[in-house]
Amino acid sequence: MSSVSSKYVKYILSKPMMGAGGKTGTWRVHRPVIDAEKCIKCGLCWLYCPENAIDWLEDKTVAVDYDYCKGCGICSDVCPVRAITMVKEGVI
Amino acid sequence: MVTINELHKYGRTKLIMPGTAACPGCPLQLGMRYLAMALDGKFAMVIPAGCSSVIPGTAPYTAFTVPTMHVPFASSPAVASGLRRALRIRGVDGPVVVWAGDGASADIGFASLSGAAYRNEDIIYILADNEAYMNTGIQASGTTPPKAWTTTSPRGKTEGRKDVSLIMIMHNVPYVATASIAYPMDFIDKVRRAASIRGFKFIHLHAPCPPGWKFPDNYTVRVARLAVETGMWILWEYNQGKLTISPPSIPYKDKGRRKPIEEYLKLQGRFSHLTKEDIEEIKAGVDRQWDLILKLTEIYR
Repeated sequence: MSSVSSKYVKYILSKPMMGAGGKTGTWRVHRPVIDAEKCIKCGLCWLYCPENAIDWLEDKTVAVDYDYCKGCGICSDVCPVRAITMVKEGVI
Repeated sequence: MVTINELHKYGRTKLIMPGTAACPGCPLQLGMRYLAMALDGKFAMVIPAGCSSVIPGTAPYTAFTVPTMHVPFASSPAVASGLRRALRIRGVDGPVVVWAGDGASADIGFASLSGAAYRNEDIIYILADNEAYMNTGIQASGTTPPKAWTTTSPRGKTEGRKDVSLIMIMHNVPYVATASIAYPMDFIDKVRRAASIRGFKFIHLHAPCPPGWKFPDNYTVRVARLAVETGMWILWEYNQGKLTISPPSIPYKDKGRRKPIEEYLKLQGRFSHLTKEDIEEIKAGVDRQWDLILKLTEIYR
């Protein structure tokens, strides 16, 4: 009986995992590129990233996870010093 | 008020996992991130049908790291009430949060929402308001603003707007507030304050939807901020008999300091058909709403 119930629980519960909707980086048309020299380490791009694809690291710089970034461009829009530019994919 | 430096500890924490099935620039994910940060990831979530039940992706995986229950459209407050009572019997004292869209709250699920509020169940209800049924293809809902284009109102909505948050005050619940995804610190404060109160808590979160409102993906935060700066969306808080205007909205009590409403309307394709008379009518509506809220701050003080 217990094995049946544990199987049942294992079957219907979903596990948290990155990329549950697929590798969403492939949706991207424009790629955010961060200019580290202009960055003032305010963290606003991290705060407003809907996808949670930007990490705000221990030294307060930011890093984009290009596997999952959908390229919406909100980070570039909210950046107070315009350190983030949206570059068309494939141009680099 | 919480500051961004206090949130630095969540800098690498993925409370909502990346790689979800949401559209680029989705405001609901932003709101969910702030909610998870506000409660430190320790809560249970109930989600009725809508965009938010599609966002976590395909089974057997999910993007949410909190226990989540997906329920039919009209039942979310009822399920949350039962969940809260069952958790209390088991000795678990974390908050139960209902994350519902405007269709599930204002139209289809309104009966059970009203019932849960009148029983004063100990849940937090967050209405993520993207102002139409976005998941099924942009049909008009009870909270769609007048004159807005939707697929069921191709020449602009002729009906008015249902103010769900003011209706909830009249249910005599302890806590009602409005919030916006462009002001995360204000929203996080309100969620934390709500979690510290026992009883029914209601937060109305304004969430501009890029495909539904027809603006570019990168303008989500800008449009939400303009809604507050033009006075179209008023941030206020009703806490146990006292109604106050929240800090981001305080400057806009004065009509002269509000930005012109055209700035907000011209960014959105759903308002592109408006004539001058329509805009005047919308302006009059905004002034009426401010008068009402300011009078209520005098009554509930």
